[in-house]
Amino acid sequence: MRAGTAFRGHHLALISGTILGAIALAALFAPWLAPYPFDAQDPSRLLQSPSLDHWLGTDRLGRDLLSRLIYGARISMTLGVVTALIATAFGIAYGMAAGYLGGRTDNLLMRLLEVVYALPDLLLIILLTIVLGRGLTGMIAALSLVSWVTVARLVRGEVLRLQSAEYLDAARALGASHLRIIIRHLLPMMVGPLLVTLSFRIPAAILAESTLSFVGIGLAPPTPSWGGMASDGWAALRFYPHVIIVPSLAIAVTIFAFNVLGDYLNDRLNPRAVVSVKR
Amino acid sequence: MRRHVAPAVALIIDRLLWSVPVLWLVATMTFILLHLAPGGPFDQEKLLPPEIKANVEAKYHLDEPVAGQYARYLGQLLHGDLGPSYKYADRNVSAIIADTFPVSMQLGAAAFALTVFLGLAGGILAAWRPGSWIDRTSLLLATLGVSFPSFVVGIVLILVLAHEAHWFPPALWEGPRYIVLPALTLALAPAAYVARLTRTSLLEVAAQEYVRVGRAKGLPPGVIWLSYLLKAGLPPVVTVLGPMLAALVTGSFIVEYLFSIPGMGRFFITAVTNRDYPLIMGVTVVYAVVIVAANLAVDLCYGWLDPRIRTSGGRGR
Repeated sequence: MRAGTAFRGHHLALISGTILGAIALAALFAPWLAPYPFDAQDPSRLLQSPSLDHWLGTDRLGRDLLSRLIYGARISMTLGVVTALIATAFGIAYGMAAGYLGGRTDNLLMRLLEVVYALPDLLLIILLTIVLGRGLTGMIAALSLVSWVTVARLVRGEVLRLQSAEYLDAARALGASHLRIIIRHLLPMMVGPLLVTLSFRIPAAILAESTLSFVGIGLAPPTPSWGGMASDGWAALRFYPHVIIVPSLAIAVTIFAFNVLGDYLNDRLNPRAVVSVKR
Repeated sequence: MRRHVAPAVALIIDRLLWSVPVLWLVATMTFILLHLAPGGPFDQEKLLPPEIKANVEAKYHLDEPVAGQYARYLGQLLHGDLGPSYKYADRNVSAIIADTFPVSMQLGAAAFALTVFLGLAGGILAAWRPGSWIDRTSLLLATLGVSFPSFVVGIVLILVLAHEAHWFPPALWEGPRYIVLPALTLALAPAAYVARLTRTSLLEVAAQEYVRVGRAKGLPPGVIWLSYLLKAGLPPVVTVLGPMLAALVTGSFIVEYLFSIPGMGRFFITAVTNRDYPLIMGVTVVYAVVIVAANLAVDLCYGWLDPRIRTSGGRGR
């Protein structure tokens, strides 16, 4: 009855894992793998179709698409993973504070969260990037500031659910400190659901960044962002569709693989899996 | 009995009252954010001599203290005046939004109708025979729909249905035929999501004991579906439709950019590129109003659909 029931056959999850592993390796070893520098322009070879020299062709500035794709993996992976980690850490802290302290603090924190939650993610990210700048750091900061909300809600819910558990009463009776209860008795109980949300935060961040870069308000050029590459190809869509198809495919495959893996983890680790409203 | 009316009215009043601080918070947050932004709006024109730049800034009251600007901004906002646009000197923000908002609304409404129709149909078909090929296909489509950025979906639709098949125009906004591709682009991912949610919700109800009792009594499948499954299974789906409507109206900027549609979202993107702060703030506030209104509408629908909420006066979420 869960989102990933049909994927329980492992196969798709295995394939996805392999693809993501390959992309991660490409990101890691980009300078050795890429045949050209990502920003090297060759005015004599503009908008070329795939050939032996340029396996995926070139863009309108004569830059090698394969090289840009490989460096783009670096950007997407860094951005996705770092954002997900920051968002998870902050979400844990916020959710713990709300759920554990309870009462008025909880009420205030949750009302504040509701406002952030009600606004569309992309709108908030756009407003934040105006302030934080359109570099990789600014983008990661903006994405993190938006995507902790889901994690915080999850953690708070888990804390409230566990609050009355007998083993917690036992720990309290034995004189365990608050910090010890949180770290030893609450956090380990949520590792599964947390891993699941973490795995959904990564593709969400990649999706948001590539969308913004596509409409020209994401990462500033010449950063080889996949969304930015697609944006470059947009002008040449009619006659040189490969320029836009290559990065679009990379984005779609990566996000799809992450989502499949997330569904798989969800089936495996989340005993009370429900489809989350905002992934 | 009054009991059936009063909680609903109380709910509306509660929601309306709550929306005031929310809108104020959004307006204030946007104001603060944009004043934190490094560089002034007129910094890009480097050729401006200092005295002219001073004049320009005086015209837009940018030389005043921030507190004064904030008071002026809130005061104007209360009168429905969203201020001048820095980039479009001949029009103010309210006029631009009045021109572009209906376009975004039409697009959002068309996409919303598609989302509800495709999502419910897909979800019901999948729940009809869980594990069947329909179910598996809808799951695959749903995961694809969540994974494909809307601009990729749009590009594929433009390449296939506009450039190759010539069924629909690839861009612009000049008649009913122009709505199809952008609305489809916008609706696909949320429709996939609604389909999955509908399926889950229906199957959860189907596992309830009273449904089994109904089946054991020999009720025909039609009765089971109409008065058991759909009646109890659809209300949870309705709760996500409000945020979804809001997301469709506010998320249309990518689609408007892609199809060159003169909607509010496209102006928003241009405003961000141009650092046209009043226009950014204006659009953000309008978006917030749309979201608050959509959530209110859904709360009301939900109360009407689910008697448990109606009598207890609790919240839809």
